[in-house]
Amino acid sequence: MKILLNNETTLLNDELTISILLDQINIRQKYFAVEVNEQIIPKSKHKSFLIKEGDRIEIITAIGGG
Amino acid sequence: MKKLIIDNKEYKSRLILGTGKYKDFKETKAAVKSSACEMVTVAIRRMNIGQDKNSQNLLDVISPDEYTILPNTAGCYSAKDAVRTCEIACELLEGKKLVKLEVLSKSKNLFPNIIETLKAAEMLVSKDFKVMVYTTDDPLIAKELENIGCVCVMPLGSAIGSGRGIINKFNISEIVENANVPIIVDAGVGTASDACIAMELGCDGVLMNTAIACARNPILMASSMKDAVVSGYNAFHAGRIELKDKASPSSPISGLVTGD
Repeated sequence: MKILLNNETTLLNDELTISILLDQINIRQKYFAVEVNEQIIPKSKHKSFLIKEGDRIEIITAIGGG
Repeated sequence: MKKLIIDNKEYKSRLILGTGKYKDFKETKAAVKSSACEMVTVAIRRMNIGQDKNSQNLLDVISPDEYTILPNTAGCYSAKDAVRTCEIACELLEGKKLVKLEVLSKSKNLFPNIIETLKAAEMLVSKDFKVMVYTTDDPLIAKELENIGCVCVMPLGSAIGSGRGIINKFNISEIVENANVPIIVDAGVGTASDACIAMELGCDGVLMNTAIACARNPILMASSMKDAVVSGYNAFHAGRIELKDKASPSSPISGLVTGD
């Protein structure tokens, strides 16, 4: 399955949830947000939200800025 | 003297720090500590997916439990993008709705795009965001942003990162005189005297990034800015003397030993 993850084409083996994807790519931090196709997916739904072919997924964090 | 209250929280420090352009997180943390600030701005960006899982992130170093984190919309050139960024920030910061709205123009001086800023402010206020808004030093626009419901209006001193200080003191004074929300000078501060002048004009605070992060010694500059903001604030409330055209001697003119 092909998705766009942070603007990079990424191949995933199976259909999987956001939580599993986050685990696979080692996202361990507390403060982050996930968007799928420009819709925010709240953390409470990460365990149940299934990623689909062609989804545009953004994983976003806070960095230094003025 | 008026307390600084933003979104129902009182701040003792009137200095807000940006966290960009530092050498590393260690320096960021040391400068923030040295400044004694209580609020810091952050940018919202795509996460670096490939990074080591043990590497630190900004909010591990500057904890939201200790500081008010003010996410900005830097890099947004439209109201739509700015609102999207604020929604993401709210999710990222566990429901916190205090944001720094900045919608810039793609000009060389990065001036705020006022048309998009006004639109974004209206949309964000209607979604119950608490908006601290970056704007030009136009008194009419500053008042309009207050009327829309922004919790704090932040006119520029001069262009972002320019270090040119307060270009139009008269406009900043007028904005302050007309305001019923805190006025914080954001952008343009180059050195401590600029921060001091902003406070002497009656501003409620100063927000800066480059002046500290790009100083030769950021930690020392952060401390200097802390003092400058306090000094300017106290001077404003102490009341400066009138400007005069002629000299007025400080020592008595009578009783001179060398006189008649």
